[in-house]
Amino acid sequence: MDLSISSRRGLLFIMSTLLCLMCGSRGEIPAKPSGSVTILPPVKPDVDPQAYPDTEKSNLPVFTMDYPRIQIPFEITLWVLLASFAKIGFHVYHKITVWVPESCLLVSIGLIVGAIMHSVKEEPPAVLSSNVFFLYMLPPIVLDSGYFMPTRPFFENVGTVLWFAVVGTLWNSIGIGMSLFAICQIEAFGLQDINLQENLLFATIISAVDPVAVLSVFEDVSVNEQLYIVVFGECLFNDAVTVVLYNMFSFVANMPEVAPVDVFLGVGRFFVVGLGGLGFGVLFGFVAAFTTRFTSRVREIEPLFIFMYSYLAYLVAELFAISSIMAIITCALTMKYYVEENVSQRSCTTIRHVVKMLGSISETLIFFFLGVVTITTDHEWNVAYILFTLLFAFIWRGLGVLVLTQIINPFRTIPFNMKDQFGLAYGGLRGAISFALAFTLPDSISRKPLFVTATIVIILFTVFIQGISIRPLIEFINVRRTNRNLDTINVEVHCRLMEHTMAGIEDLCGQWSHFYWKDKFMKFNTRILRRILIRDSRSESSIVALYKKLELQSAMEILDTVSGDISAAPSIVSLYEEKKSAAKPKKKFMAGDLRNMHDILSKNMYRIRQRTVAFTGKHSLPSDGHAREILIRRHASIRRSLRPGSFQTTGGSKSQKYFSLPAGKSLDSNFFPPKRLSSSDDHETMSEVAYAPRRSRFSSSSSSRAMMPMRRLDTLKEAPSVDALNESHDESSSAPRGVSRTNSSYSDSHVSAPRRHLSPSADRDNDRNVRQEAAAGEEEEQPQQQQQQPLHPRPAWAAEPRDNPTRNPLLRRPQWNPKK
Amino acid sequence: MGSSRSRMDDIPHAQQLIHETDFSAAHLLRLHQRFKLLDKYQTGELRPRDFGAIPALALNPIGDRIIGAFFSPGQETLDFPSFVRILAHFRPTDPNRSRDGTQQELANSRTRKLKFAFQLYDQDGDGKISRAELLQVLRAMLETQVVEEQLQSIAERAIQEADLDKDDAISFDEFRRSLEKVNIDHKMSIRFLK
Repeated sequence: MDLSISSRRGLLFIMSTLLCLMCGSRGEIPAKPSGSVTILPPVKPDVDPQAYPDTEKSNLPVFTMDYPRIQIPFEITLWVLLASFAKIGFHVYHKITVWVPESCLLVSIGLIVGAIMHSVKEEPPAVLSSNVFFLYMLPPIVLDSGYFMPTRPFFENVGTVLWFAVVGTLWNSIGIGMSLFAICQIEAFGLQDINLQENLLFATIISAVDPVAVLSVFEDVSVNEQLYIVVFGECLFNDAVTVVLYNMFSFVANMPEVAPVDVFLGVGRFFVVGLGGLGFGVLFGFVAAFTTRFTSRVREIEPLFIFMYSYLAYLVAELFAISSIMAIITCALTMKYYVEENVSQRSCTTIRHVVKMLGSISETLIFFFLGVVTITTDHEWNVAYILFTLLFAFIWRGLGVLVLTQIINPFRTIPFNMKDQFGLAYGGLRGAISFALAFTLPDSISRKPLFVTATIVIILFTVFIQGISIRPLIEFINVRRTNRNLDTINVEVHCRLMEHTMAGIEDLCGQWSHFYWKDKFMKFNTRILRRILIRDSRSESSIVALYKKLELQSAMEILDTVSGDISAAPSIVSLYEEKKSAAKPKKKFMAGDLRNMHDILSKNMYRIRQRTVAFTGKHSLPSDGHAREILIRRHASIRRSLRPGSFQTTGGSKSQKYFSLPAGKSLDSNFFPPKRLSSSDDHETMSEVAYAPRRSRFSSSSSSRAMMPMRRLDTLKEAPSVDALNESHDESSSAPRGVSRTNSSYSDSHVSAPRRHLSPSADRDNDRNVRQEAAAGEEEEQPQQQQQQPLHPRPAWAAEPRDNPTRNPLLRRPQWNPKK
Repeated sequence: MGSSRSRMDDIPHAQQLIHETDFSAAHLLRLHQRFKLLDKYQTGELRPRDFGAIPALALNPIGDRIIGAFFSPGQETLDFPSFVRILAHFRPTDPNRSRDGTQQELANSRTRKLKFAFQLYDQDGDGKISRAELLQVLRAMLETQVVEEQLQSIAERAIQEADLDKDDAISFDEFRRSLEKVNIDHKMSIRFLK
C-alpha cells in the first residue's frame, strides 16, 4: 500500500539522517578537538598526513573530504530535514494528528532522537542559546502569527485580548511566584535558597501560554469565533508580555534588594517597552507599505521587502531592548493590509507561503529540540517543587481566567460562558517560549537546573496531557450542549440567515459594527493613508481584487469546462422534482436525524464575514475555500439564471430577479425579459442554445470571463438607450485603459439584450455585472492587472458585428461565434 | 473617498425622514454620506450594481438577496429616503418609546424586522416560503460539501416544524410563530453610528 511504503521510506530517511547526524556531530563542537578527520590547510593539496606518513612528495588527491568546512550549514540542514520528515511522517496517517496534537508528536520524536544521542554520548547542537533562539528561531514564529492574524475579529476584541494577555500573565506570574515562594519557605523541601525574585522569574517563564495545539482543536470543534480570537491573540501578546517581564525580573533578580522605586520604574519600563515596540512596528510597517508602492517593476523581489522590514523591526527593537515581539507583530499587521494591495498576486502568494513555511519550520524545530534536550540535559529533580509548580500553574490559570472573565464580561457584547472559560483555562498549554526562556536564564541563578527541569516537566505535561485530552473534553461539553439544544432546525437556519443579513447591512452601511474609533480610523485610512501607501488607491478593494485574490480565475475555468456547475445541477434537478412530484409522503424524523441535521448545520453553515482569508489553525495556510465557494456559486447561478425558459414558469423573470445575482443583474432582468423572447432575429431559441453552444464555447475559452471585465472597466452611466452593438463595442474596445466614461459604453450592456444569445450573453452579462461591480473606480488597476493577469479572452458573446481588430490587442483571441 | 461633507440641507425631506424613522440628524447625515459614497456618479440614486462595489457584501452568502431586498419589485433605483426607510428596520427597538395610535407601525418593530427576513427567503413574493425557496437559501448558506439529500431533509424538517396549515410552505405567520422564542430585536439590530 502506498501508505506503508511511504512510511517505510520515511522511516528510512529518518534513520539515515540520524546516522549522518551521529557521524557528523563527532567532529562537531569547536571546543572539542577534532577526531578522525583532519583539518586540511587551505593551500596544500595534501590529504591527511597520517595516511601517508612516509612520503615526502604529495600526490594529487583523488578524493578528499573536508567536513568542518561545511559542518555548520550541513548540520542545520540535516536537523531541519529531520524535523520535516517527522512532520511528513505524522501526516501520513491522518488520524493521528486529529487526536494527538502535532506538538506532542514532535516532542516524542525529539525524545527518541535525544535518547539515541544520549546513548552515544553526543551533545545536541546549541540551538537554545539566547542568541540563536531569540534572533533566529523566534522571529519567524511570531511573524507567522502576526501575519495571519485575522485583523477584524482581532480589533473587535482587542480589549479582551490585551486584558487577558497582559493582566492575565501578570496575574499568573505573580500568583505562581508568590505561592512558590511560600512553598520554598517550608524547610522540608530544601528550597530555602530560592528567593522571591528568582521565584518570580521562574513563574514568569512558565506563565507564557502557547495554545497552538488548542487552536486547531477549537477550529475543528467550531468553537465560537470570539473564543478563538481571544486565545489566539492572548498567545501572541502573552509572549511579548512574558519576555518583557522576564527581562525585568531577571534584571531585578540580580539585584540584592528591591526598592519600591524599582517597582515603579518597572511599571514605567513596561509601558515604554510595550508601546515602543508598537510604535516601531507601525513605523516599519508603513515604510514597508510605502516601499512596495514602487516595486511594480521588480516583482521578483517584492516578497523580500516584507521579510526584511519585519526582521529589521525586530532587530531594531532588540537593539533598544524594547519588545521585539510586539514590534514584529504590529509591523506585520500594518504591512499586510497595504502590501497585499500593492504587490502582485504571485508575490502575495509567495509571501504567505514563505511566512507560513518559516514559522512552521521554526516551531517544529523548537518542539523537536525540546524533546532532544529533555534527555540530554542534566536535571535536578526536586519533586516537591516540580509538583507544586504544576499544581499552582493549574490553579492560578483557572482562577485567573475565572476572575478576569467576570471582570471583563460586562464590557463584552458577547460574554463568555462557562464553556468558553473552560476552554480558555484548560487550553493554557506551555510551549516554545517557556522553553527558550528557561534556557536563557542567567547562570548566576544557582538553581538554574531545577528551573530548567521544572519548566520542561510543565511543558511536557501540558503538551501531552492537556493537548491530548482537550479535544475529547471539548467535544464532550459540546455534545452536552447540543443535546440540550432546544432550537429547532428552523430557528437555527433563520438565525443564521439573520446574522448574515446583519453582517451584510453593516457592510452596506460601511460600519465596523459599533466601534466608533475603528470607524474613525477607517475614514482616516481611506482619506490619507491609502493615498500615500497604495499605488492606485482610489477605491476600496473591490470585487475585482477579490476575484483576483481568490484566484477565481482558474476556478471559473474549471467551472466552465466541467459539465454542470457546482451547485447548478442538483438545484435544477430538485427544482424540477419540486414541480413534478406530488405531495411527498411526510418523512418521520428520528431524534438521531435531528441531531445529524444540527450537526450538519453547525459545521457547514458559513460563518459570518468569511473574508478572503479565513483564519485557520496555526499549521496551515489560510483557506479561501468558503469565499471561493460563495463566489463561484454566484457565478454559476448567474449563468443559470440567465438561461431563461428552461426552468422558469411564466412569472419567472421576477423570481429570477434576485436569484443569487450580483448587483446589476436585477436591473437587466427588469429590462430584458419582455425582449428576450422576442429578440429572435436569426438566433436559435434560447433553450436550444442553452446547452450546446455553452459546452463547446466553454471548452474553447481559456480563462475566466469573470476576470475579463476588469479590463474593460468603463463607465456605468446609465443610458437606457439601446444602441447598436457596434457603438458600445467600439467604445469599450477603445477604452481599455482609459477612464472614458461616456454614456454609450454603458449601453452595451443594454445592447446585449435584444440580441441575446443565451449562454454567451450569459457570460457577457455576467462579465458586465462583475465589471459593473468592479468598476467602482477600478480603472486604475487596469495597468496593474494587465501586468499581472494572463491574457483574457473576450467573452465570445455572439455580438456579431464585432470587429476583432479594434479590440485591444491584449485580448485578442480566437472567437467562437455561434452565429458565424 | 472624496466624500464631501453632507449637510442637512442637502438631504431631501430631512425632517420628514427624521420623524418617520426615528433616526437622529447625525445618523441621517452619516447615512447620507454613505449614500453619496456608494453613488459613484452622483446620480442621486442607487442601483444594485452600486451595492456590488462593496466586496464584503459580495462574500456574503446571501448578499445578493440583501441587495435585492432594498429594491421593491419593479424598481431599479433607490433614492435616499427609501434607503433610509429600509435601514430604519434595523434600528434597535426602543422599549421606552410609546407611539400614540398605531396608524403607522414603527419601522423597526419586531414584525417589520421579521418581514424583512421573510422577504429574503420569499423571492417570488407570494407570501410563502416554498420548499424550493428554502432549499435555495440553505444551499447558499451551506458549504458545497453538504450533499443534496441532507439539504433536502433539512428543508423537509424545517417545513415540517413550522408548517401548521400543512400547505407545504411557510407563511409569514408560521414564520413568525417559529421564531417567537428568539430575541429578534437583538439579532436584527445594529447600532447606527453617527
